[in-house]
Amino acid sequence: MNPSVDALRATLGTAIGRAQEVRGDTIVTVESSRLLEVMRWLRDTPGQRHEYLVDVTAVEYRDHERPLEVVYFLRSLERRTDLRVKVELDPRGELTVDSVTPLWAGANWLEREVYDMFGIVFAGHPDLRRILMWETYAEGYPLRKDFPLRGRFSRAEQVRQALNANPEAHYSIEELSIAEAYDELPAEMRERLRRGQRGTIPESE
Amino acid sequence: MKRVLETKEVSGSPNWLLTRFDALVNWARANSLWPMPFGTACCAIEFMATAASRYDFARFGMERQAFSPRQADVLICAGRLPFKLAPVIRTIYDQMPQPKWVISMGACASTGGIFDNYAMVQGIDTIVPVDVYVPGCPPRPEGLLYGVLLLHKKIKGESLAIPGLRDEQPLDAHGLRLPPEEIDEISEPFGNSIHQFRSS
Repeated sequence: MNPSVDALRATLGTAIGRAQEVRGDTIVTVESSRLLEVMRWLRDTPGQRHEYLVDVTAVEYRDHERPLEVVYFLRSLERRTDLRVKVELDPRGELTVDSVTPLWAGANWLEREVYDMFGIVFAGHPDLRRILMWETYAEGYPLRKDFPLRGRFSRAEQVRQALNANPEAHYSIEELSIAEAYDELPAEMRERLRRGQRGTIPESE
Repeated sequence: MKRVLETKEVSGSPNWLLTRFDALVNWARANSLWPMPFGTACCAIEFMATAASRYDFARFGMERQAFSPRQADVLICAGRLPFKLAPVIRTIYDQMPQPKWVISMGACASTGGIFDNYAMVQGIDTIVPVDVYVPGCPPRPEGLLYGVLLLHKKIKGESLAIPGLRDEQPLDAHGLRLPPEEIDEISEPFGNSIHQFRSS
């Protein structure tokens, strides 16, 4: 078992749930309300130093009784060890968990993907928008078990909504890397970006 | 005797001069097709192989790849098309000047292929009109070249006298190219995928 687990239990006691070892990987379940505290401890404590957040993802099981899990893959580059942290969420309740973007800026897009695919809301995320599906996508969260493989709408409706989506609406000004030059842009372009910032399905003319 | 020599003029039907002119124009068009490569997946790798020296579609007058739609004649959609890219390919198609043609390269572009799911367009013909479908997953360069030759054949059969042949076909009031029923029919699952759960 990864020595981090015992250290976690000793320091943060009640926040730590089950811990198990699967094929050499250690998985720790953490209470969702104290996630940020645990993650900060794991990142900053000398001897832990999990400074690299490899991935954030989520799991929903076919068994309805089992909770949804948000999974954080942590790595310590210095000590060359991995740790997997899980947070369990009741699928009947509110799917909300604290965002770890204050700790790892790289969590930004990872959490957006989880939000896009599972509908899990990350409280405190600076820019929680869909990232894979377009912003006006109205069919729900594709990786949830109750989502039908071909989507909820008919193919014709899907094509209609897709064709009416504004491709520029997928990108925020920041993503276009022109945030600082924004004021120097031509007025017409600024107006276009302003309109494209949040996508809406245009009424057919 | 005089009656026999009279040519029968039907209004709008091509005369000798026009058919000769057609032949000239079509010969020129078919042999200088500038492709607009719209490569989204593994088909694009085969497309690159087709463009490279071994298969070399420059032999067919496709030397210059027009990465700008404004200078392109044939849009080659090489690879699967997700719904998110649907407005993009439609915009590119609209930006291409007439005359223009579309080759749908590979199973995914033509039918959605194995990706019969929520994210994928089930055949780009629901978005843009397609002239030649090249089957394969992905098609070998020979397959694509055969598709290009079929397109040559098609172009050489066209006539300037056909009314509306080169008219733009804008989207209808619903923002669709085809009636919704037709899109649903085209998108029907087939093969093994009919056993999967379908919501609508």
